[in-house]
Amino acid sequence: PDIIQLVYLLATGIFIIGIKRLGSPATARSGNQLAALGMFIGIVVTLFDQQIISFDYIIGGILLGSAIGAFAAKKVEMTAMPEMVAIFNGFGGGASALVAWGELSRVADPTILAGQDLVTIGLSILIGSITFTGSFIAFGKLQGFISGNPVTFSGQNFFNALLTIVSLVLVGWLAFDPANQLIFWILFGIALLLGMMTVLPIGGADMPVVISLLNSYSGLAASMAGFVINNNLLIISGALVGAAGLILTNIMCKAMNRTLGNVLFGAFGGDNSDSGGPAA
Amino acid sequence: MSGLIFNLFIFVLASFIGFELISKVPPTLHTPLMSGANAISGITIIGAVVVAGQVESEIAQIIGFCAIVFATINVVGGFMVTDRMLEMFKKKD
Repeated sequence: PDIIQLVYLLATGIFIIGIKRLGSPATARSGNQLAALGMFIGIVVTLFDQQIISFDYIIGGILLGSAIGAFAAKKVEMTAMPEMVAIFNGFGGGASALVAWGELSRVADPTILAGQDLVTIGLSILIGSITFTGSFIAFGKLQGFISGNPVTFSGQNFFNALLTIVSLVLVGWLAFDPANQLIFWILFGIALLLGMMTVLPIGGADMPVVISLLNSYSGLAASMAGFVINNNLLIISGALVGAAGLILTNIMCKAMNRTLGNVLFGAFGGDNSDSGGPAA
Repeated sequence: MSGLIFNLFIFVLASFIGFELISKVPPTLHTPLMSGANAISGITIIGAVVVAGQVESEIAQIIGFCAIVFATINVVGGFMVTDRMLEMFKKKD
């Protein structure tokens, strides 16, 4: 009903003010708290949606997720903040992919879904999955589970470009043939692989920039999930984070005298190299 | 089709706002800002609630449940960890 949409509009406004305030030292903490309030309002009002009939899974999921999130946020060392953000971000991206998968499996016969809905489902799965595995690789590199040095092989950029093209073709294919389980699973698998392959060649010292870029992706994934369930609050908040995250990524690159292209494809900035130096 | 076009309008306009919101950010705020924006991207929790709360398909409900757990970790952990960072930031001044 209209009242839910109006509350969503309120939450959207709160998010915009929150992000604005996060950009300045004096107001940053209140900005974060405002954004949290906006999120709380958005979630509570959604529970009154008539589509929502069963509450068992919702309550259980929120309790479990809150416990894990709060525990992790309390325990993490201050020096390990970037990798913690990477993990949280990965879960957010994964959630968007799951929302799209859930919407697809909700209908008994997916061929009744409109082509445009299927495209956004495919994109949400693609971007969400890239964010998921990419964020975990970034976490691994910062924690030292995975070598902080760039992991490269010849033809890597070509291979990644090929994976990207194949995944986009599969998104289109899924829209024409949504009942084909095989296409769905191949798309899911390639998207997960693509997330890993994109972050592996990037050095550990560049991980903060990569996490910021993946944060932008998770915003985009949330926005795509908003197209899937036709929800304005998701579309707007996701787009805000997607765009703001991209600008922040750019600012962080500039602070290191680098370009984003150089960070993503330059394969440098390993543990031993100095991230501000000239390309080898 | 008009629904999609309407959604595209909103998406593009919101993206422009996002681009304009961030201008000069001091380097000390880079990580907290990234973390706070990340928590907001957990808004996908609303999509997860919609999927988990329907009763048409049990499988979709279980997928929705997993999505809620993931998204809630992102939201709760994200806002709390950002607050911790900014709390420290204030003490430094």
